[in-house]
Amino acid sequence: MALSQKTKDTLLGPLNLNNPVVVQVLGICSALAVTVQLKPALVMGIAVTIIVAMSNVIISLIRKTIPMRIRIIVQLVVVAALVTLVSEILKAFAYDIAMQLSVYIGLIITNCILMGRLEAFAMTNKVWDSFLDGLGNGFGYAIILVIVAFFRELLGSGTLLGFRVIPESWYIANGGVYENCGMMMMPAMALILVGCIIWAHRGLNKD
Amino acid sequence: MAEKKYVCSVCGYVYTGDKAPEECPQCHQKGVFVEEKKGLNTNGNLYTFAYATVIVVLVAVLLAVVSQVLSPRQQANVLLDQQKQILVALNQDYSETDPAALYQRLVVDTLDVNGAPVFVANIEGETKFVLKLHGAGLWGGIGGYLALDADKNTIFGVNFNHESETPGLGAEIVTEKFRHQFNGKHIKNADGEVVSVAVLKSGKLAEGQEQVDAISGATITSTGVSDMLLSNLGEYADFLNKMCNKPCQATCCEAEEVAPATCCEEACEQTEGE
Repeated sequence: MALSQKTKDTLLGPLNLNNPVVVQVLGICSALAVTVQLKPALVMGIAVTIIVAMSNVIISLIRKTIPMRIRIIVQLVVVAALVTLVSEILKAFAYDIAMQLSVYIGLIITNCILMGRLEAFAMTNKVWDSFLDGLGNGFGYAIILVIVAFFRELLGSGTLLGFRVIPESWYIANGGVYENCGMMMMPAMALILVGCIIWAHRGLNKD
Repeated sequence: MAEKKYVCSVCGYVYTGDKAPEECPQCHQKGVFVEEKKGLNTNGNLYTFAYATVIVVLVAVLLAVVSQVLSPRQQANVLLDQQKQILVALNQDYSETDPAALYQRLVVDTLDVNGAPVFVANIEGETKFVLKLHGAGLWGGIGGYLALDADKNTIFGVNFNHESETPGLGAEIVTEKFRHQFNGKHIKNADGEVVSVAVLKSGKLAEGQEQVDAISGATITSTGVSDMLLSNLGEYADFLNKMCNKPCQATCCEAEEVAPATCCEEACEQTEGE
């Protein structure tokens, strides 16, 4: 089954030309918090993808019944309920993962990508399209998180996913010439890296 | 001409007339009016109230049910997690065995010291005491378990956990590299007073107590660990000052109502002989 052009745009657009982080500049706040290491960034990306897709589907299903004046509240209730549900289920069946995610799972509720997609897409589109839009935006968000976390973990701690990449013997403490970049551990560096990605992205995609 | 109702899809303003206005008088967006459908008025006050009530009650019931159904499993997980943490503090590798069974075999008793638990473990014939720690880190709570040798002075092992310390910085307190520094350190000074172990930047020297290196870049979490050890060991001071060297003696001293300092080997040996 070939994908129609519209489906392709909905699913793949957010990965590049309509990326939620670098083009729409949404969800920056959580990009700072979880990108010190690669692993939490990956997990956060997956969690956000699942929750955006699911809440998009739910909002799209009930979009015709939602009273206009309280639609933001309804969206928030749906997102908060979903996040709480996922968190409870993780605590019961995947305790270790729940502990690793700890605060990040709560942070998802406040992620502006969710509200942005619900308001801009799910409120006016059909269920299947909304599902694809959620997946696409989730992946678009995850890609940027992973890129930022890759550089921050590599340059800040000399490891990737917790495995040592830069050998111990290179460090000044062990008689070498190398030192980790402490700046990379600071939240501000995530913003600077996102800025660099936006710069590269706009440079490559001239309007 | 029959009048129709038009609703602004941005702000919900309702316009009554025979034709939709170009611009919304309330939010000044253009071309946003849609004709109100016959039947259910989804913008009326009553509908809005009813909708909000129904959705909130539904969500509340759903979450309450899920929470009730899952809570036994969650509590079992919390208990298992505590047992695993105590095993880590006791330097036990549980990756190839069932942690719950290993815990049952090693931890022989749980004492209550002024409301705080002390887990008594028996490892290859030697008694270890595991104290529970809790304190404050940078973003949230930190905690852990401290395993002491039978002399209640030498640290056998320690395990730390945290709610939300920064990955790569404060969260490094859980790593072996940080934890193993504590092994073999003493929590009492030469006079037998409980002085804890200081967590200090390398280069600084602690006065009158032993020390380990802090995590660079995580000053507040490191200080939190240091403060946690000091305050928690203070709470356990009564227990730590009782110089009973065997588990049976430890329990007999709990039973004897004597001042910590006077709880001596003799009193314990008497009870043991009975």
